[in-house]
Amino acid sequence: MSADYPNELRYTKDHEWARTEGNTVTIGITKFAVDQLGDITQVELPPEGESLQRESVFGSVESVKAVSDLFAPVSGKVLKVNSPLRDSPEYINEDCYDEGWMVQVEVKDLSELDKLMSVTEYVAYLKEQEGA
Amino acid sequence: MTDSSEPASTPKRTPLYAAHQSLGAKIIDFGGWAMPLQYTGILDEHRAVRGAVGIFDVSHMGEVGFHGPRAAEAVQRCITNDVGKLSDGKALYTTVCYPDGGIVDDCIVYREAADRYLIVVNASNTNKDFSWFDEHAGSTCDVRNVSDVFGLLAVQGPRAVELLAGLCPLPLSSVAGFHFLDTEIAGIGVRAARTGYTGEDGFELFVAAGQTEALWNAILAAGQSVGIKPIGLGARDTLRLEAKLSLYGNDIDADHSPLEAGLGWVVKGKGYIGEDALAAQAAAGVTRKLVGFVMKDRAIARHGYNILGADGAPIGVVTSGTVGPTVGLNIGLGYVPAAIATPGTRLVIDCRGKQAAAEVVQGPFYKRPRPQPAAGKAS
Repeated sequence: MSADYPNELRYTKDHEWARTEGNTVTIGITKFAVDQLGDITQVELPPEGESLQRESVFGSVESVKAVSDLFAPVSGKVLKVNSPLRDSPEYINEDCYDEGWMVQVEVKDLSELDKLMSVTEYVAYLKEQEGA
Repeated sequence: MTDSSEPASTPKRTPLYAAHQSLGAKIIDFGGWAMPLQYTGILDEHRAVRGAVGIFDVSHMGEVGFHGPRAAEAVQRCITNDVGKLSDGKALYTTVCYPDGGIVDDCIVYREAADRYLIVVNASNTNKDFSWFDEHAGSTCDVRNVSDVFGLLAVQGPRAVELLAGLCPLPLSSVAGFHFLDTEIAGIGVRAARTGYTGEDGFELFVAAGQTEALWNAILAAGQSVGIKPIGLGARDTLRLEAKLSLYGNDIDADHSPLEAGLGWVVKGKGYIGEDALAAQAAAGVTRKLVGFVMKDRAIARHGYNILGADGAPIGVVTSGTVGPTVGLNIGLGYVPAAIATPGTRLVIDCRGKQAAAEVVQGPFYKRPRPQPAAGKAS
């Protein structure tokens, strides 16, 4: 399980992940989300400088079959956008935790991260979803 | 992302359910059937069919037999196309209409003999269609739901015919489009029909339900050398949409007539249900038409998105939309007022709150290249 869901990340119920370095948080979508979507063909991301609100839509990811909103795991200002995804959205399919990252935000309130799930909680959550 | 509400009933399985599982397919409920959405990925599978050959399990499709001396009359009562175009061994695409001209289903009619016809219908419509046929033709001939008798495989792509011909004692390549014959593939009895739903050349193979898996395995094994792949419903949808083939429940339904759907070419019969309504609509002219469009902005239009007029109010609706992997464009179909159905017209589509431009285009998005003439024999 840990290969699919890295231990150091925090997770949301909407299948985003968050990686914290200081007060910078990198955001992407999980292996589960990628598997659900299939071949990703398009990503809409906010411009640098935009403010994200926790649990609000900040973009969308679109596959051949479906479109899905992206929800911000934390509030903060967008520092960097993974702009190569515009032309190469398949990076998300290939490597959703590294090359497939989406945005980096500067968080104001690091305690928001405590509201996210740990890997153990997320894996349990996925099991629960599958069993439901 | 996933809605795991309690399913109404357990989805039915084709004879290949276990085979799909062992190939690692992602299985979904499609029209009451547990079917493979994809094996390796929609884009990969799509490219395999355009570039080599793919094999599809379409055993979920329904089959209804019309048997008896008055079978032709009974079929004609139910279909908008002209049953008189058929001879033994020939097949015909058609719609089936309600008295008001709305579409019950689209299907293919096969004439086995003057007193035996077989109609292949959409999986999710099988019960509805069988009841409709039985109600309107059951007193004229024997109408029988034989869906469980058959497995059905589609083998499609530029290498499909050569692959199957190599497994068949008869010269399959000489079977013309929309013709069929009864023969053997890999020693298994099949009906081989030169039809499909991908825009590629190929066959659809009817086989006894119990032999479906043996046939599937034999074709997959023999096809390895030409790069065969199993293809799921995801790529089936992108393939058919590039070829601008309608999908019932998306592009055609009870609320639209074949004339509106651009299927006037299958409204050729006489004495069928819906004839008066369609004649009146043809005389008056249709007010809305199904058109193909390509996206001009970076967006994918999806089923149900609104097409907007100049004032931003909805004037039409998208019925299908996807990435067109081979054409390299985002493509779709939708109903618009007839006045703006002309190729070249700009459309504005409400893609989840974003106004995205599209343009009406004529004809299929993808047409398969004509077979290359044999290389000249240099001497």
